[in-house]
Amino acid sequence: MSDISRHSTQGGAVKSTGMPSLRALLTLVAVLLLAAVPFIAPSMQLLINLALAKGIAVLGVTVLLRAGQVSFGHALFFGISAYAGAFLMASLPTADLALVLIAGVIGAALSGLLVGLFVVRYRGIFFGMLNLAFSMIFWSILEKFYHVTGGADGIRLPRPTVLGMALERPGFEAVIFYLSIALMLVLGWFTLRWFTSPVGQVFQTIKTNETRLEYLGLSPRRVLLSGYLLSAVLCGVGGSLMAMTQGVVTPEYVWWVRSAEMVFIAVLGGAGSVRGAFIGALIYEIVRVYASAYAGDIWQMLLGGFLLVIILFAPGGIMGIADGLMRRGARPPSTPNPEDTR
Amino acid sequence: MNLTIFLLALFDGISYAALVFIVALGLTLIFGVMRILNVAHGSLYAIGAYATVSLTGFFLALGFSPVLAFPLMLVSAVLVGVLLGGPIEWLLLRRIYDKPEVLQLLVTFAVFMILEDVQRLVWGTQPYFQASALQALGNVTLFGVTYTVYQLILLPLVAVGLLVGLRFFLRQTVIGKLILATTEDREAAQSIGIDADRVFLFTFVVGAVLAGLGGALASPTTSILPGMGADMIVLSFAVVATAGLGQIGGAAVAALMIGLGRSFAVYVWPEVAVLVPYLIMVLVLLVRPEGLFGSPVARKI
Repeated sequence: MSDISRHSTQGGAVKSTGMPSLRALLTLVAVLLLAAVPFIAPSMQLLINLALAKGIAVLGVTVLLRAGQVSFGHALFFGISAYAGAFLMASLPTADLALVLIAGVIGAALSGLLVGLFVVRYRGIFFGMLNLAFSMIFWSILEKFYHVTGGADGIRLPRPTVLGMALERPGFEAVIFYLSIALMLVLGWFTLRWFTSPVGQVFQTIKTNETRLEYLGLSPRRVLLSGYLLSAVLCGVGGSLMAMTQGVVTPEYVWWVRSAEMVFIAVLGGAGSVRGAFIGALIYEIVRVYASAYAGDIWQMLLGGFLLVIILFAPGGIMGIADGLMRRGARPPSTPNPEDTR
Repeated sequence: MNLTIFLLALFDGISYAALVFIVALGLTLIFGVMRILNVAHGSLYAIGAYATVSLTGFFLALGFSPVLAFPLMLVSAVLVGVLLGGPIEWLLLRRIYDKPEVLQLLVTFAVFMILEDVQRLVWGTQPYFQASALQALGNVTLFGVTYTVYQLILLPLVAVGLLVGLRFFLRQTVIGKLILATTEDREAAQSIGIDADRVFLFTFVVGAVLAGLGGALASPTTSILPGMGADMIVLSFAVVATAGLGQIGGAAVAALMIGLGRSFAVYVWPEVAVLVPYLIMVLVLLVRPEGLFGSPVARKI
């Protein structure tokens, strides 16, 4: 994975002068713009909300990319969390929004632990494909046991109450929207901190040299499992938000196309970049909505083609290109790149 | 479970295992030689099936005999291998042999996404059904159970033929020995004058032909739907992983295990039938992480 996430952005750890403040400023402007969407472009609110939910899930895939692993089945946790929320609402119609979210996250974390204990024994091909297999298993369970899961039609997830208040549709949508922004900031910040924490640093060593990790007396499996749990929880939060925004959960939440989309967005945004996950998700959703009118039939083909172009010609993704532009503005291009030597 | 149902499950399992084995054979051959897991293999399988249905339908409409369906299967498989497999290796994979494993996986996955839409563009989303090859061979009655000759005799024969043929080809012919030499050590092989690029291209085309052939042979027994490629890549990966990546003989055993497990589950507990292959894989991998016939790789430090 040396190519694909070499350009990963590392929070405040960027060494060149001037860039951290510029980056922080741009991030602040972007967040303020997002928060203003319900006022300046109300028609975009739902779309942006879905993009944010997806972005949080993509962040989960991004975490794994930092360890050099790619999962083709992370929609599994996205879906489990969504279904956990839907089942909770079905059995407890007065449940609160917070409870739905917590139930979803617990579901994602438990399944992440179970699947994780198995898949952390593998790397590379096996890691990616076993994740895919688990998501396909859950997908067929959802489709086959239709008397429980509603089959291909899925189940409705009615609007939960918010802190005990039953809200109308516009009010609830506003709550979910700002909740998504808040979660994006909190989880994004947490993930950045986690990357710089000891366990996060060790986690990223799995990509570069796992054997040395073992010589340090650490268990790579346990380290990978902690990252896997984080990624499952992030996908779970995204799935819960998506389910509450849409009001219905279907097996499509777990379908491999959804997992592929997450991997695509993570690579598009800049593999390994936290901000890239959200920027990628926003760009992806907006382009998808406007392009689907013209290219609905060949959407996956476009995604696949674009994925090839990114991997072969711009392995840093959007954040890699943005970093390159900023660096060019900040100092002469001949200066060696400090990030490459690390 | 009486004898009739037991035999039915047994025959189902064998014919299913034969099909899965043919596809898995291509996957494991490509992996064994090139160290690349071709996710697009599932699409090649589906396109092989679609191509057979279209070609057979076309020639039968012209008034040819249904027996023509058999050579047309071979034609479709070779078309898939040469027209799709060739360019994939030549234009894409050749650029990424020295890249990390995960990147290679992403590239073949991208090809898979593209080919899934290509199928939908060319053949639409409606199911196809073309069973003239199945009907042409008629039925056979064995121990009181009537089964189609195509599934009970032809498919297993083809599968065993391919297994034996591929082993003979790899060990006894010059091209096969070139492939084995390149697999063993690419640089050493190149230094004694083997054109490794051509060996890889040839191997990939052969693997792709096997995927197409699997689809072609499966086409009379099932309806051809979008999404069958995604199912097949996961299933054939399960077979290959259970056997151990790159193990050709092992893939046959794993395919039989998974095929029989699935067909008996269909009669005993139908809801979980689709899960059985993955349960078998997970159980095997829990005990032997490198697969039934795989050997643990020595670690490079």
